[in-house]
Amino acid sequence: MQMKSLTMTLSALALSASCGAASAADSLTITSWGGAYQTSQDEAYFKPYTAKTGAKITQEEYNGEAARIRAMVESGNTTWDAVDVDAATAQQGCDEGFLTPIDYSKFGGEEAFVKGSTFECGIPTIIYSTIYAYDADKIKDGPTTIGDLFDTKKWPGKRSLQKTPFGNLEFALMADGVPADKVYETLKTKEGVDRAFKKLDTIKSDIVWWEAGAQPPQLLASGEVVMATAWNGRIFNANKVDKKNFKIVWDGQLLDYDLWAVPKGVKDLDAVYKFIEFASSPEAQAEQTKYISYGPALLAATPHISPDILKDLPTAPENAKTALANDPVFWGDNKEELLKRFNTWIAQ
Amino acid sequence: MAVATLEGDAGPDVDRTSLKTKLRRAERVNRARSFSLVAPLLLFVLAVFALPIGLMLLRSVENTEVRDSLPKTMAALGEWDGKATPGEGVFAAFAEDLVQTQKDRTTALVGKRINYEVPGARSRFLKAGRLIDAGGGGPWKEKLIAADAEWGAVEFWAIMKRAGNTLTPYYLLTSLDLRQDASGAVVRNFADYSIFVDIFIRTIWISLLVTLATLVLGYPVAHLLAILPPRHANVLMILVLLPFTTSILVRTTAWIVLLQSNGVINDILLALHLTTERVQLIFNRFGTVLSMTHIQLPFTILPIYSVMKSIPASHLRAARSLGAGPLTAFVTVYMPQTLPGVGAGCLLTFILSLGYYITPALVGGPQDQMVSYFVALYTNREMNWGQASALGGILLLITLVLYAVFNRLVGIDKVKLG
Repeated sequence: MQMKSLTMTLSALALSASCGAASAADSLTITSWGGAYQTSQDEAYFKPYTAKTGAKITQEEYNGEAARIRAMVESGNTTWDAVDVDAATAQQGCDEGFLTPIDYSKFGGEEAFVKGSTFECGIPTIIYSTIYAYDADKIKDGPTTIGDLFDTKKWPGKRSLQKTPFGNLEFALMADGVPADKVYETLKTKEGVDRAFKKLDTIKSDIVWWEAGAQPPQLLASGEVVMATAWNGRIFNANKVDKKNFKIVWDGQLLDYDLWAVPKGVKDLDAVYKFIEFASSPEAQAEQTKYISYGPALLAATPHISPDILKDLPTAPENAKTALANDPVFWGDNKEELLKRFNTWIAQ
Repeated sequence: MAVATLEGDAGPDVDRTSLKTKLRRAERVNRARSFSLVAPLLLFVLAVFALPIGLMLLRSVENTEVRDSLPKTMAALGEWDGKATPGEGVFAAFAEDLVQTQKDRTTALVGKRINYEVPGARSRFLKAGRLIDAGGGGPWKEKLIAADAEWGAVEFWAIMKRAGNTLTPYYLLTSLDLRQDASGAVVRNFADYSIFVDIFIRTIWISLLVTLATLVLGYPVAHLLAILPPRHANVLMILVLLPFTTSILVRTTAWIVLLQSNGVINDILLALHLTTERVQLIFNRFGTVLSMTHIQLPFTILPIYSVMKSIPASHLRAARSLGAGPLTAFVTVYMPQTLPGVGAGCLLTFILSLGYYITPALVGGPQDQMVSYFVALYTNREMNWGQASALGGILLLITLVLYAVFNRLVGIDKVKLG
């Protein structure tokens, strides 16, 4: 019933969109993750796009809650035109039908982007990394390996981790001695998941959980924690803008993509595509790296980036020696169970 | 009752009857008029309060995903006896349904629903969907079981069949750490997933602690407010009410600033040499109860104050003049009279505390999160709205039961809110 009426609403919307396309006002609502990352998008994409086309861009923020997109689509009132999503959401949104499949021919085909980063319902924009960092003003000769994050004897004090199984399970296994290329293989077994949780158990009482990307730099700055996992760009930004002396530990970093996704039922798909096309141009993507150290997903953008910025990107060869690339298929298949188990574990 | 007696009394007296009818008619007009005055509010309450809550409660038993997406499978399963793996007929119907769900992109949603009860089912459904997309014909039973042996499990199909019902007890049972096994009997849920009973107890416990703390701190303040001369009482009253003018988020964040490891309180403790290392005051139960108490204080103070204000000072003087000491007079004469205010203040704070979300989320640790946190988690993150509404429904029920018990023990009509 609900599904049927939903499809009807959607087709009605699609119809009205195709009729009104010519008259549609050039205004877009774009949602991203807030903080320093959204500021970089504002500088590199939103402001230049408005200057160039006159289209007004309204910005909204979220913390990656896929439910907000789904609720919007189900109610038949899609107000977000484009959303910056993580890979797991891009996969889930396609599987569950709340994101629009992307016509890659408008963006130079899938081969224009880093291999493996393209999704049926999302166009990759950046490569980011979840790393951990510490305040070098407070710790001299700081930690160097992913194992140190779990070593409370050598490095006593609180640590901050993101309140999600994603990333933490991988870090736990790598700290427990599983090589990066065997992590997802191990996590596919019950024993592997048990092992990861057991490792997390060893530091459970020393964890302060974070949920918004802006929290880890704050927790480090206030001295509330001695180390924090974070998205690498946020640490870069705290050093650059707030003149902090945070050091990133690249060992065992977890690489992932952020993608532009279009919720089902947007009023003017062409206008959204026009924006994404702009945001996927080599110049705009290179421009963004000036504000935050995320690697562009567009292959053609790299030659436009200056070498002193390149060395801070997660994809720089120096940094990526022991990197682990997120496996979206693994997370697409196992997210439900692992979330459930993680939430139970954390509440106990 | 009253009307019947009146009519009985009226009996043969025609005049009185017609007078009564006239009166009733006149009253009817009046009643209609006054009802039309409250009607907008009534409609408003119904539309924005009763209806959404009702719809939300419905979600906790609603179970349409499987019924709507796999109609042919459910029809075929109707004749299945549940003893052995269903025959090719059921599998063929399932394959037909999957063709449609693949087209509608609902395969993952059905899989997700089954996944609640059968771990791993979501990915199994997605794989089956890919198998369907790959084309080729049956026999589907062999094909699916070859892809994943679990498709042959009798228990799995029993759960599938049950998931096809329009209503399900699943969400409510899970909220109580229970589950149905393959035969439909209610048993304890797996230890890995059993958290909710603990969380309900934790919610009630934290609310009790907060209520008690506000009472201990608030009672003397209310008394002071009631006995001070108006000039001073007004200043004090403003201080009590001041927090109301600040947003709850700001007040909670202020506590973070004060309580954090490098915060003001820790600095002072260290400077006074009361401690040798920084004390953990935040992200734990202490911080949660402390900031909740701060926020709830006015709610406890005001009802107590209003009752105290109405107690004549002569009562205490009379007790003293009859020979009672100051303490005896206070405890035996004054305090019992304040009980209706104490009851109202505590009930108000307790019920409000049950629903706290933002304060524990910001100053509490993972072990301090209350039911509301999980309602938000299931709504926003896990997109399991059935679970969210079941938890909300049970919390609502607990609140109503506690209210009824309170009414029985104290009597809600004795309570004064102001």
